[in-house]
This record gives sequence, structure tokens and C-alpha cells, in this order.
Amino acid sequence: MTMTDAAPTGPSTATDGSAPLLDVRDLQMYFPVKSSGLIRRTVGHVQAVDGISFQIESGGSLGLVGESGCGKSTTGRLVTRLYKPTDGSIHFEGRDIAGLGPRQLKPLRRDIQMIFQDPYGSLNPRHTVGRIIGTPLEIHDVVPKKQVLPRVQELLEIVGLNPEHYNRYPHEFSGGQRQRIGIARALTLQPKLLVADEPVSALDVSIQAQVINLLQDIQREFNIGFLFVAHDLAVVRHFCPEIAVMYLGKIVEIGERDAIYQHANHPYTQALLSAAPDVKQAAIGGRRERIQLQGDVPSPINPPSGCRFRTRCSYAQDICAAVEPPLLQIGRRHKVACHFAGEIGHHPAEPVTAPLLGVDRHGDRVPGTDPTPGLGTDSGYSDTWYDFPGRRMVRDESA
Amino acid sequence: MWAYIVRRLFIGVALLLALTLVTFVLFFASPVDPARYACGKNCSEQQRDQARAALGYDKPVYEQWGLFMKGVVAGRDFPADEELRAAAPEVVTHCAAPCLGYSHLNSSTVNDLVKEAAPVSISLALVALVMWLVGGVLFGILAAVFKGSFIDRGIVGLTLVAYAFPTFFIAVFFLKYFAVKWELWPYPTYVSLADGGLASWLGNLIVPAFTLALVFMAGYVRMTRAFMLESMTEDYIRTAKAKGLKQRKVLFKHGLRAALTPLVTMTGLDFATLLGGAIITESVFAYPGLGLLTVQASDAWDLPTVIGVVVLAGSFVILMNIIVDISYAFIDPRVRLG
Amino acid sequence: MDNFLSVRDLRVHFPTPDGVVKATDGLSYDLARGKTLGIVGESGSGKSVSSSAILGLHRGTNAQVSGEILLDGTNLLTITDEEMRQRRGKEVAMIFQDPLSAMHPYYTVGNQIAEAYRVHHDVNKKAARTRVVEMLELVGIPQPDRRVDDYPHQFSGGMRQRAMIAMALINDPSLVIADEPTTALDVTVQAQILDLLQKLQREFNTGIIIITHDLGVVAEMADDVLVMYAGKAVEYGPTKELLTHPEMPYTWGLLSSVPDLTADVDEKLVPIPGTPPSLLSPPKGCAFHPRCRYKDQVAGDLCVTQQPDLTPGSRGPGHLKRCHLTDPTVPNEEEVARS
Repeated sequence: MTMTDAAPTGPSTATDGSAPLLDVRDLQMYFPVKSSGLIRRTVGHVQAVDGISFQIESGGSLGLVGESGCGKSTTGRLVTRLYKPTDGSIHFEGRDIAGLGPRQLKPLRRDIQMIFQDPYGSLNPRHTVGRIIGTPLEIHDVVPKKQVLPRVQELLEIVGLNPEHYNRYPHEFSGGQRQRIGIARALTLQPKLLVADEPVSALDVSIQAQVINLLQDIQREFNIGFLFVAHDLAVVRHFCPEIAVMYLGKIVEIGERDAIYQHANHPYTQALLSAAPDVKQAAIGGRRERIQLQGDVPSPINPPSGCRFRTRCSYAQDICAAVEPPLLQIGRRHKVACHFAGEIGHHPAEPVTAPLLGVDRHGDRVPGTDPTPGLGTDSGYSDTWYDFPGRRMVRDESA
Repeated sequence: MWAYIVRRLFIGVALLLALTLVTFVLFFASPVDPARYACGKNCSEQQRDQARAALGYDKPVYEQWGLFMKGVVAGRDFPADEELRAAAPEVVTHCAAPCLGYSHLNSSTVNDLVKEAAPVSISLALVALVMWLVGGVLFGILAAVFKGSFIDRGIVGLTLVAYAFPTFFIAVFFLKYFAVKWELWPYPTYVSLADGGLASWLGNLIVPAFTLALVFMAGYVRMTRAFMLESMTEDYIRTAKAKGLKQRKVLFKHGLRAALTPLVTMTGLDFATLLGGAIITESVFAYPGLGLLTVQASDAWDLPTVIGVVVLAGSFVILMNIIVDISYAFIDPRVRLG
Repeated sequence: MDNFLSVRDLRVHFPTPDGVVKATDGLSYDLARGKTLGIVGESGSGKSVSSSAILGLHRGTNAQVSGEILLDGTNLLTITDEEMRQRRGKEVAMIFQDPLSAMHPYYTVGNQIAEAYRVHHDVNKKAARTRVVEMLELVGIPQPDRRVDDYPHQFSGGMRQRAMIAMALINDPSLVIADEPTTALDVTVQAQILDLLQKLQREFNTGIIIITHDLGVVAEMADDVLVMYAGKAVEYGPTKELLTHPEMPYTWGLLSSVPDLTADVDEKLVPIPGTPPSLLSPPKGCAFHPRCRYKDQVAGDLCVTQQPDLTPGSRGPGHLKRCHLTDPTVPNEEEVARS
């Protein structure tokens, strides 16, 4: 598949030919904003998630990073279908689950589970741990009643808790232990995909590592796919081989760990990385040059035209306000949505996307040229991509 | 803001409509025949039917309700029976909109009855409100500031006492000992502001109003204390202290304002309820307010009066609710009505 | 060095029905003008409690405070409540974690900052307002003359924290205590706020105590670091030395348990096993010993029976550690072996 014929039909195949576990395409979540009149009309929408596409392979993990309000948590809730998306598709094991009703979703709840940030708020304080973990087993009739307790104890052991503590209540556990209970509950039904929404950010530093290691062990042992939502860049880097950076409801850059952390092409990713305090670098005095972002994130009700980051971007030019940059593949597993994509110090002077979009450097249409159809809507990666520095198509020879 | 008020008023009117309807239905669902009461003890079957027709009780419930609503909107003439009105024009009474009905028992429109009784209830509620707010908030703050000390324990203990005694007991106690036995205070009888002037009006109101206020005060002391203690643990209190503000300013400018906000809702609703009549207090002190009127009317199955008072009391509550909600926009800048 | 703040053997104990909670138990440190001390620790380590004691915020509660807090030669623990109040906000100011809850929702930002100014300066409202607008401009709030009349909820998180900084610095205090000042903020905003704090520190020559659980923040901000565990200092010294060559297993554990942006991702994180101790009944001996992986390397059962003193470490003057390990480089060697 090349970029030119990437028509967004069914789920595309991953590089190894097998269908991905999760294939999200053009996912959109608009929350209505009501007016204050006598009749409450919808006067606008919070564009929490606006047309994002990505894939997660079986047993793979994608990290979703970004700052508050970027839509990363909403995305997690859409994938678990706690929200019903406004538009777009969510193919799970080849089946579109975006439009399913509550009854059709029930079997799906076994396969897709969620781990929450606040381990205390998400555990019913009046239920024993055994009941919290065992209830899903009973609801879904997975094991006979007699085997519920042994299974609960097995799960407690897996997450590193004393199996004899099944009769205790959540308040009798520490924060880290509660998060382990939350993980055990998520594991009860042997899910294929786990959505972890800031699973360690409420925990003490020394406990965070315990939980991250536990999640890693679980992923390897049970081959569970992960959508890991977090704001901590270092944690995401440690956990996920693939990372998507979100800004105001859009994915601005997605790619392999090295592509994002060593060869970031989007000015926002670069700013985000430069802002993260890093113990080792700072301690040896080698503090990186910090890219200061001016101002605040604009409102998701009225996001800026064109590129949403342009209001805070030091590279922005006319074209950024006129045309939205498509999420283009620029490396084997690396996509970026920027007219001036390039590594720090190598941002081009001319918009690299202009020829593909059929516009000039100001974003005006060039007569006689058409934008390449289907640009940037594919959820996976293709074997050929456009090499911006070289201005030519490149084919992945290893494929 | 205006759109919000208009919307709330619409909802309020709808609520009132439902309220009157429910009152009508409840009255007619009861096994008691109001016409029998109206007719008197030695009443033949025929006389009773006549009375029923004259009062309009022979019509179906929805029709009676419709007539009542017509009266509220456009006014109406009594007696309800058209033939009777045509036969004896001299007994016809016109009741102008908003007409709350005609009490055959009192030979008077409900509007006139209410006009006499409402000032009594309003006076009582108003004086009681001032008493329980001042007392409740003051002692509540004191208890909160000296939390755990004997002052706190004493105040909280007293509120329990006030809670524990029923209002009628307190009322009778005051009457018997204060007014009759020890003659500390003249026996209270209602004197209107116009008749007796401020001093006499207030002087006569103090004992019944205090009786009424006592149980509310107990509640407000405890709420003020709880809200105050809660607001004093807020982060912004710590900020205020860290700025070097004097304790008094931390307490009153930062702590109290947040603590009093939830009290506004309570006060509005409690006051509105009392405007509709304090049944026990008015009964014991024989104050001819809406509460007493309601008691007498229900005893006599005087349907029009009961409905009239219900509608009035309901309007007070609904209106006060709207006022409370609007006042929040001024109290809390985070609240934007819309 | 010219230390204007000296804390000596500070103890903050809270009597409870279950026993005495020793939130801070014998803490000593110094701070020079214009310098930054980072206090690091997990929740319940006593890092916040010890700092509110400097502001005297424990006064009027049942906390038992002893020791010495010398600010410019005055012991803040022995002065009267009124003398303490006059120093609050004027000589010592505080920046809190969550600027939304730390500001009163009913008063404008300008009103609240002006209040901080007027309580220590005899000026009228107009003069205070002018000064507030000046400060808001200084901390980088756009259109300060307009935003001064906004309420806290109308500000973004970053702007609120800027406003808090303006409030803290308006009286030009010699000491600012920043309690997790960026924890509630996004990373790019955190970067803005930390840069702002450093800029203002240079301008006003303010001493800063920054309390945080984030070693990255400490690494970027602090000249000295104090690591706290179970109410006590377990390691104290110059930031650079301490973060590159920790000699106390807990410090080392903190460093090795957080991933960073350059580490080898195939390496597993090395967490500190177990959970922080209860302050009601801290472990006998070294409070960290139940979680320590090096206690076997100490002769006998010293770690279990005897609490180690804070003794000089090997990383130059001012480096102190609380550990029985005779070879202080053990943790580092493992670090070297790992990388």
C-alpha cells in the first residue's frame, strides 16, 4: 500500500500481514455545548477528539501522550466504549465496535478492560477485594461459582498481593496495592486489550516502578495489547515501543520510540520533550535547550484553523492557518502532521507538504493541481513513504 | 440571565398547575363528602344535593379544576352554579383575578381570607427569620472557632435540647410560665403594624417568633458550625494565613463567606415554607395566620380555602427557589446562570 | 556562606489517640540568600510539615514543635503569634501545589494579591492595585491591568500559578517556600513556571525551598538537596553530587525507580520494594531497613537495631548521609554495573 491509494476502507494490514488487534480510523468525539436561551440549542462542540487514526497490534502497546485537554483520556474511553464516538470506526479484531449498543458491547467488555488513575475512587469501598475481582467472573459466567475464589486468589498472586487478603476492603491497602487490585480486576476476564489511563501518576515515586514492572510482566505473560495514556514522557517511553503525541484532539506525531524521542519532527513534540525535567541530564549540568511555548492551549470549542498548534508555534507561516497538515508518513514507522516537519534545527523554510496538497507556500490552491486523495487517513504504516529531506519516495527494503 | 429567569418561571407555573391538580384529586379521592359539611348537621338528601350543586362539587374533578384555573387567570363569579347565579343575582360575589376561590363556609372569597391571614404569617416568619439567622450564625461561628472547648460543647448541647422538645411543648411552656404564671411578658396577641405601631407589633411577636425560631436556630447553629469547620480546612484558608492576614480577617473574609453560601439555600426554603403558615405555633398562640386558616379549613372540609392556601404556599416556595438560585450568581462568581 | 535560614533539630509531632505521629523528627538544614534547597520525599515523609512549621502554620493546632528555626537570627519558634503573623507573607512567603484551591473562589485575583500587599504595607487600595498590576506583568500575565479583575476560575492553571507567585513575591520576601509548585501543571507549563521562579530568584535574590517528589524538578532548580524518609533527613548535599553519586540506598532507589528520557528501555526499573512506613510506629533501627537491599552488607544486625546518625558522606563538604554502609559507593557500583 502506498500513500497515494490509501483509501480509508476496511482495516489495513500491518506490516507483517496480520490484522491488527485494534484499528482506529478517523475517530471523532464532539461533546455538545448548550446555549442559555429559553430553548437549549446546541451552539457549539468541544472537539475533544477530532479525526485520529492508529493501530495496536496484538500484544503491542501504544503510548498516548499530551497535556491536559488534548483528548488522550477521551480516546481511551472511546476505545473501551465508555463513550460512543461521534464519528469514525474502531475495529477490534476486525469488527467495528464504534456503533454497537449496550447489549452488543457486553461480550466486548471481556476483551477490552480499563485501569484507572485513581485506584481508590474506582474501587467500591463497601466490597471486599475478593468481590471486586470476582464479580466480573460471575457477570460473564466464565467459571463455575465454586472456582471463583481460587481464580481470585490466583489473580491476587499474579499482581503481587497476598492471596489470603481477598476478604479485606480497599481502605486496608496502600495506594500502590490498590492499583494492583485495579489491575487484578482488569485481568479477571483475560482481556486482549488494556486501556491504562494514567495508571501510575497518583502513586508515590518508589511505588510507580513496582506498578510499571508489574504491567510489563503482565503484558509479556498474557500477550495483552496496551493503550497507555499518560502525561509522563519518560514513563511512556519506558513502557511503549510506539508513541502518539496528541494536541487539541489531533495526533500530531506518531511513531516508534526512537522516532519520537530521538528524531521528533513536530515542533510540539520537540517542545514537550525539551520541557520534561530530566534528572540525569540536569544533574550533570547538561540541561537541554528548552523550547518555551508561549501562552496557553486554545479552547477546543473554537480550535485554530488549519494546524491547531500554529498559534503557539515559532515556525508557523501563512499556510499553517489556511490548510491543516495531514499526518504523513516520513519514516518506516513514523508519521508527523506538520507543514514544516523536521528535526530541531532542520525545519525547512518552505512547506514540505504544499506539493502533496496542491497548494502554494501560502496555502492558496494552485490551479491545475489536486491534493493527493486520502492523505494521512491511514491508520497503519505503508512500505513506502515520502522522505522530506530527500524530497522523494522511499521504499522500505526490509519489507 | 433573563432567559434563565423566564425559563424558571415557566417551570414554576407548570409545577403550580400540577400542585393544584394533585390537591383537587386528593380531596375528591377521600371518602368524605364536603357538601355534607357545608350543609350542616340536620341536612336532608335533597338539601345536600342542592348544596353540592351550589358549591359546584357535582361537576367532574377536571371541570372544577378548569374553573379554578379560569378564576386564577381571569377571575370568576360565585356561587359556581350558573342557574343559581341567574336565579338570585343579589348573592353573586365577583372574585377578581387571580381568584383563589370562594369559601362558602366563611362567606368570603379565599383572597380576602388570605389577605387577612398572610400578614400574620409573614410577620411571624420575618421576625423568626431574623432571630434564627442572627442566633444560628453567631453561635455557629462561636462553636466553630472554639471547637472542642466548653463553649463549643455547651452550644452544641443546647441545640440538642432545642431539637429534642417539640414546638408545641415549647410554645405552651412559654405561654404558661412566661406570660401567665410569672407575667414576664404580656400575653401575646397579634396586633398588626398598622393598628399598633412597630413596638406593639414587635412586642407581641417576640414570644411566638422565638418559639418558632428556636428549632430552626438549633439547626442553623449546627450547619454554620459544620460549614465553617469545613471551609477552615480549605487550601485558600492556608493561603490567607500564609499571607500574614489577621485571624479575624481569615475567619470572616475568607472562611465565613464560603461557609455561609450553602446556608442561603436553606434559609430561602425554610423562610418560604414558613410564609405558607407556621401551623403549630399559630395554633398554640391563636395567631390568625395562614397556618391556623389551613387547620380550620381542613377540619371543616373547606376545599376552596385549602386549595387557595396550598397554591399560595406553593408559589412562595417556587418563587423563593428562583430567588435563591439567582442570588448564587451574585454570591459565587463561578456560577453563571444560563 | 551567609546562611540567613538555619533549621536546627526541628521536630513536629502530632499527638493522636493512637500515639504520637512524628511527622518531622530532628531536621536540620541551612539556606543562603539567593540559593535553592530542594526537599525530596514521598507522601508522608514530613517534607511539607517541616516547611509549614517555618511559617508557623502549626500554631493554634495540637502539633508539638521543638528545635530552632533561625531566620536572620530570630528563632521563629519562640516569637509571639503576632510577631510570626507579621513575618508571614513579608519575610517568608509560600507557593502552594494547586493554585485553584489555594485561591479563594469568591474574590478576584487582584483583590487577593492586593490583600497580601496591604496587610504589610500601609497603602490605599489604588496604590496596592498599581503594585499588583506591576507584579502580574512581572510574572508574565498578558494584559495585567485587565486580568487583575478576573476571578481565579477565569485563569488557566499556569496563569493561576503565576498569580500565586506574584502574590508570594509582592512583599519581596527573603524566603519563598514552594510546596509542589508544578505538580498540578502540564510539563510545558511546568517548564514556564520553573523558568519564571529562577528568573525572579535572580532578580530578588530570594532563598527558595522547593518541596517536591519529582527529582527532575529538583535537579533543575536546587543547589542543595535534602532527601527525607519517615520524618528524617537521610541524605543531604549539593544537588549535582547527590544525584549522580548517592550514598544512601533510599536516594539511590528513588533515582533508579524513575525512568528517564535516555535510559535503556530494555532494562527493567529497579523499584524500592515494600511501602513507606507508618509514622505512628516507624521501624526500629534505620527506618528504611525493611525496604533496604543492602542491610546484609552491614555487619551484624546494626540496621535493625540501631538508628544510623547523619554523618559526613564522601562527596565533599556539606554532604551528609544516614546509613550504616561502610563502603558508600556500593549503590553506585551497582549503577555502573547496570549501565
